[in-house]
Amino acid sequence: MLGFHQTGFADLTLGHVVLICVGLTFIYLAIVKDFEPYELLPIGIGLILANLPGTGLLVQPQETGGEVGTAGLLGVLIEFGLLRYTVLPLLIFVGLGALTDFAPLIARPRLFLLGAAAQVGIIVAFLGALALGHFGIAEFGLEEAAAIAIIGGADGPTTIYVTSRLAPEMMGITAVAAYSYMAMVAIIQPPIIRALTSKREREIYMEPELREVSKTEEILFPIVCLILIILLVPRSAPIVGMFMFGNLLRVSGAVERLSDTAQNAFINSITILLMLSIGASMPAELVMRPETLMVLALGLVAFACGTAGGVLMGKLMKIVTKEPFNPMIGACGVSAVPMSARVVQRMGQEANPSNFLLMNAMGPNVAGVVGSAVIAGILLSVLG
Amino acid sequence: MAEHIVKAPMRGRVFRVHVETGSQVKERDRMCDIEALKMEMPIMAPVSGTIKEVCISVGQQIGGGDSLFVIES
Repeated sequence: MLGFHQTGFADLTLGHVVLICVGLTFIYLAIVKDFEPYELLPIGIGLILANLPGTGLLVQPQETGGEVGTAGLLGVLIEFGLLRYTVLPLLIFVGLGALTDFAPLIARPRLFLLGAAAQVGIIVAFLGALALGHFGIAEFGLEEAAAIAIIGGADGPTTIYVTSRLAPEMMGITAVAAYSYMAMVAIIQPPIIRALTSKREREIYMEPELREVSKTEEILFPIVCLILIILLVPRSAPIVGMFMFGNLLRVSGAVERLSDTAQNAFINSITILLMLSIGASMPAELVMRPETLMVLALGLVAFACGTAGGVLMGKLMKIVTKEPFNPMIGACGVSAVPMSARVVQRMGQEANPSNFLLMNAMGPNVAGVVGSAVIAGILLSVLG
Repeated sequence: MAEHIVKAPMRGRVFRVHVETGSQVKERDRMCDIEALKMEMPIMAPVSGTIKEVCISVGQQIGGGDSLFVIES
């Protein structure tokens, strides 16, 4: 029988209790509210496991001096998957690439501009975080500012990768912020889109079906993107390389089983390991700091400015293109695939029941993923 | 009496059909839902009238431009 001092209760602090409650809230949101369940459920369990005292689960191999059997399971995952080698967020991109259909972007390559414009949110949040650091309101340096700003890319694995390279102590917070805002796309984006567009603009009808994309184009696209983007921004290679490799598995038609595995079993297995590790890397002392609230606020600013940047570029493209162009599709440049494309489809049909913008919206949506990978590469080149 | 053929706006799968032959519909009534990219989208009646023909069934794959309904108005 264990004495009281040998149980976890003896070492339980208020900080642990608060974070266990946060973990329980995540699990509630995932199961009852269907709020990003694939991410929040394992994050919630990781958070609870990491905050139950005396388990040894978080002991990282480097802390044990090589003594056999002393490292903890979550410590091993965090050290090798996130902190030291960062393999988990990168492997996720193989699955994401296999799930992505680039055809709407290949059919209208100029939609790349919307994906690029929406990255303005990252720049605004970066400058905002630097300003807070400069005026001594928060302890944000260049690396922390970059990690916060990348939340505006609305891409979870990119956020995790950049944070783990530049500001690993903030990883849990930025990851949760990115996934939370992606889950709230349907709440955050519509008021911004409405504020920046007139009813007449929202009614603009676009041909719902884009031109047929040939097999050759689909196969060449990931290969050309991989080589060109990596030559332009070499530090984007881990993300862009895995993303385009996954897409080639999908479109090649030659490796059906690999494509199927990447889209299902592989990405699901990596998601379990990655999200458990993310949940377990949220120490109480970090989460309880006021900077955490500032990270969440700046992440929201990044997301909102990205949406606005995309819509404003959409308005510019409406003026310069000959055929009808609905500027709302610019909002999808923030990525958040496919949630933001669905928001625009719904808003388009509300304004004009015969309007089906979904396919047009998917172009900037996938362009946004590539755009945030490129920005991540640039940030890592300059700061990493 | 005029006949209106309601066509599919894009590729997808018929998810639900809300009307049958002989149903009365008003403009903007939901006639069916199609599914594309894991999203359900309603197809609404462009005019008021009577459904003369239902050309689709649940689960059917459709292409852009395929006839869905014939409405007599």
